[in-house]
Amino acid sequence: MLRFIVRRMLQAVLALFVLSVLLFAWLRSLPGGVVSALLGERGTPESAAALRAALGLDQPLPVQYWRFLQRALEGDFGISNGVYRGQPALDVFTQRFPATIELSIFAMVLALTFAIPLGYLAARRRGGVFDTGSIVFSLVGVAVPVFFLAYVLKYIFAVQLGWLPPSGRQDVTINATHITNFYVLDGLITREWDAAWDAFKHLILPGIALSSIPFAIIFRITRAAVIDVMDEDYVRTARAKGLRQQTIRVRHIMRNALIPVVTIIGLQIGALLAGAVLTEKVFAFTGIGQALALGFELRDYPVLQVLIMMAALIYIIVNLIVDVTYAIIDPRVRT
Amino acid sequence: MTRTATTSTTTGSGSGEPLLSVRDLSVTFGRGRRAFAAVDQVSFDVRPGQTVGLVGESGCGKSVTSLAIMGLLPARGNTVTGEVMFDGQDLLRLSQEQLRERRGSELAMIFQDPLSSLNPVVPLGVQVAEVLQAHKGMKSGPASRKATELLNKVGIPDPTRRLKEYPHQLSGGMRQRALIAMALACEPRLLIADEPTTALDVTIQAQILALLRELVTESGTALIMITHDLGVVAGLCDQVNVLYGGKVVERAERHDLFSRPRHPYTGGLLASIPRLTEERGRRLNPVPGSVADNIPWEGGCAFAPRCASEVEACRSTTPELEPDRDGLGPDRLLRCHHPLEENPLDDIRTHQPEDTEGGPA
Amino acid sequence: MTDTHDTSSTTTGDDTGHGRRRSALAALGDRKKERIDSLAEAGSLSSAEGVSLWQSAWRRLRRDPVFLVGLGIVTVFVLIAAIAPWLAPHDPAARLLIGQVSPATPIPPAQEGFPLGGDNAGRDTLSRLLVGSRQTLIVGVMATLGGLAGGMVLGTIAGGIGGWADSLVMRIVDVMLSIPSLLMAFSIAALFARPSQWTVIAAIAIIQVPIFARLLRGSMISQRHSDHVLAARALGVRPAAIVFRHMLPNSLGPVIVQGTLVLAVSIIDAAALSFLGLGSQDDSVPEWGQMLGRAQVFFNSYPHVAVYPALCIIVVALGFTLMGESLREALDPKSRR
Repeated sequence: MLRFIVRRMLQAVLALFVLSVLLFAWLRSLPGGVVSALLGERGTPESAAALRAALGLDQPLPVQYWRFLQRALEGDFGISNGVYRGQPALDVFTQRFPATIELSIFAMVLALTFAIPLGYLAARRRGGVFDTGSIVFSLVGVAVPVFFLAYVLKYIFAVQLGWLPPSGRQDVTINATHITNFYVLDGLITREWDAAWDAFKHLILPGIALSSIPFAIIFRITRAAVIDVMDEDYVRTARAKGLRQQTIRVRHIMRNALIPVVTIIGLQIGALLAGAVLTEKVFAFTGIGQALALGFELRDYPVLQVLIMMAALIYIIVNLIVDVTYAIIDPRVRT
Repeated sequence: MTRTATTSTTTGSGSGEPLLSVRDLSVTFGRGRRAFAAVDQVSFDVRPGQTVGLVGESGCGKSVTSLAIMGLLPARGNTVTGEVMFDGQDLLRLSQEQLRERRGSELAMIFQDPLSSLNPVVPLGVQVAEVLQAHKGMKSGPASRKATELLNKVGIPDPTRRLKEYPHQLSGGMRQRALIAMALACEPRLLIADEPTTALDVTIQAQILALLRELVTESGTALIMITHDLGVVAGLCDQVNVLYGGKVVERAERHDLFSRPRHPYTGGLLASIPRLTEERGRRLNPVPGSVADNIPWEGGCAFAPRCASEVEACRSTTPELEPDRDGLGPDRLLRCHHPLEENPLDDIRTHQPEDTEGGPA
Repeated sequence: MTDTHDTSSTTTGDDTGHGRRRSALAALGDRKKERIDSLAEAGSLSSAEGVSLWQSAWRRLRRDPVFLVGLGIVTVFVLIAAIAPWLAPHDPAARLLIGQVSPATPIPPAQEGFPLGGDNAGRDTLSRLLVGSRQTLIVGVMATLGGLAGGMVLGTIAGGIGGWADSLVMRIVDVMLSIPSLLMAFSIAALFARPSQWTVIAAIAIIQVPIFARLLRGSMISQRHSDHVLAARALGVRPAAIVFRHMLPNSLGPVIVQGTLVLAVSIIDAAALSFLGLGSQDDSVPEWGQMLGRAQVFFNSYPHVAVYPALCIIVVALGFTLMGESLREALDPKSRR
């Protein structure tokens, strides 16, 4: 088990290294080069030359890469030249990171709570009306662009019906105390129940929109896995042992069927990060997704650089965690 | 379909009323024109303590019979008719819940492939203890102590350690022993063993069979042994039912069957057992051909196309399962128009170069 | 019923007659020959085997309503794209309704001759949707082909050569796969100072490369040990010829399935890029993703401006997905039980 984790961590470190090279290459191939990218359009020839020397762009590439790595490890990613003009790029990330985590966890929980039971039910009634209906639903779900779904939800439930807030993370009129920047959590810690409830209401619509893709995929994987597992000999053994339906379902069917589901959850974190860029923009939800969206729009490269790096870092770490979980569920991969 | 269903036979070393009494059991897969009977009007009895063999090639319906008795056939796509009386109740008419209570406690089953029959992600101990928890209402502590005892009993060394291990960490023989431990955990009155040794090495096969024999004798459990291997039958069964194409074609006490097989199919199966005493280089005599998926018994004998002693009647009239008075031993049943007159093994044993009288026509 | 009885029993009878005549020695010889025969057969007739695989898949697909619906949608879509300029009632670039556009009423409503109304530049929405199918098809097909070409190069190197080339290529592919793909597409698109249709295609194509590479490599690795490739190698066929004539054609099934699914994803991703302002800035030639992406500013007051192109994208993406999923099922031996 320990050896498995160590090996998996070494792989993650390798992936990080290649990632840093890719990011360095990306930075080098920015339009107009690094200097104009970092300085923006207002850079003067003098400041450009100063920056060029400071960045060591006259040095050979490996040296430049080394410097880049050093600065990255020190957290120096430059200063924003987009909407957050003047702020260090890293601060943009740290301030907005909790919002996206909060939203992503909510969306993932939403997707899992519905996708796994529905996938199980569809598999049990394979070929029936419920099964066919939910497959069609999930296929349509994949075909709908996430940001369009977000707009439709916002139009119906916020603009027309007025049930839920159309944008933001919390109503500005609520004077909430923020400790962790996870607004729902903050409200619970400080016992400002209305603040927590309001923050939660702001999560619902973007959460539903964001959960649409993981939902459709987890549903289909669960259904396929349950169908496979139900045909397995050990399920027959469990029935021959006269176990209760509940025990068979949880211990013998779901425990095996969830193995492929867990792997796919890790991959879905990536889709969630990309989806957050789109949904956060629609709902003006001030997380790293919105910052990325604005960064792409305004070509705010210092901010993009740190956010892309961090997004990939999160993705790699989450997948590391998923793989370890996987090893806990499936004893066969440990050895 | 007007079969004179077997009048119940009174054979077997077991005594008293039958524990299990299967009457005209039929299992049909599919519907309408594509329907085919995997098991066709099968009847037999098992008395307490008796070991009954169901023998035949794959596809003859022996496994389907056992799954039908256990109520383990898939919920859809098949029709089961007939009666399976167990302890005065028809298992086919019990509700799922009533059946579940009996499975694992009064009726137990072990399967062919021990690796795929064990849940790969649950420790062995839990898989043994859960039977006790389900039927004896034991808490997990006592259940796992009992599980240790059981593993010890089936000959698994160091059972406390093994309980924490997963199926892939065990050898094939160990896995089958563990499955036997699970099946016998609640001291069932009937155990069905579906080819329990097929997936194992030859040396392990003998060990597992010896273990089964020992446990069955000790506890007085009745055993239905399903196999394609008459060698297994020879060492274990009191009574043997030979199945072909979903029907019983011959029934006899073990000794009688081996010394005087009557159905040509039984003869073929017997001749295909390898023997150490044989002259080297002699080819084994397998039954030619194989069981086709959909063997029709209508208008003839289903075995006729593969039969060496086929006569004209075999292609026109379906033979009935009738008492066989010419055979050795009491109460034999046979379904054949032209039974064997002598044991094909005699021929082999004496290495007679040319056929003597009365050989297969 | 009697007919089937007769035929089945005669064939079985023949088999047994043959079986009975064989001696042990003959049986041994037969087995050896059979093995060589099957090797040679598999080697020379691999394409015929492929055909029969496709034939059996086609037989299943012909009766599959899911596939037929998908095929119907895709056919209509391609037809419309082909004849769009003749179908469109107006020039999609002509600002015919510009007189009705004002800061207070930016979107001309539906009217005589303009059943879906106009856009904020006074152009006919229906004509733009019809003509837009062309660019959408081009984006989808080009991005998929681009991804496929890149994947084929990498996959062929890895699967065809093996050894160090395999592990090198696969490490790169794995790292590419370890970056969230849509995020990578955004980042690549952001590299271009002047985004256009082609930068969108390039960004989407690149993120498909590792997927196709893995797919082809896996399929080729499994074939490297298959009989027909071994036979071809034994017959002294050049490695390159083996890869291109024997291994690639047999990898076609999974590639076509993946390609169909990627077509759907490309169209949706192109819309996402436009939505973030990373799509083509030139809107004289309409494209659905771009129309949808630019409609965001009007969504709360004029949702129909976004709904029309969105519906087109959803229906077409669904069509490709339905086709791809049923193809996958038809070609998957596991589901053929």
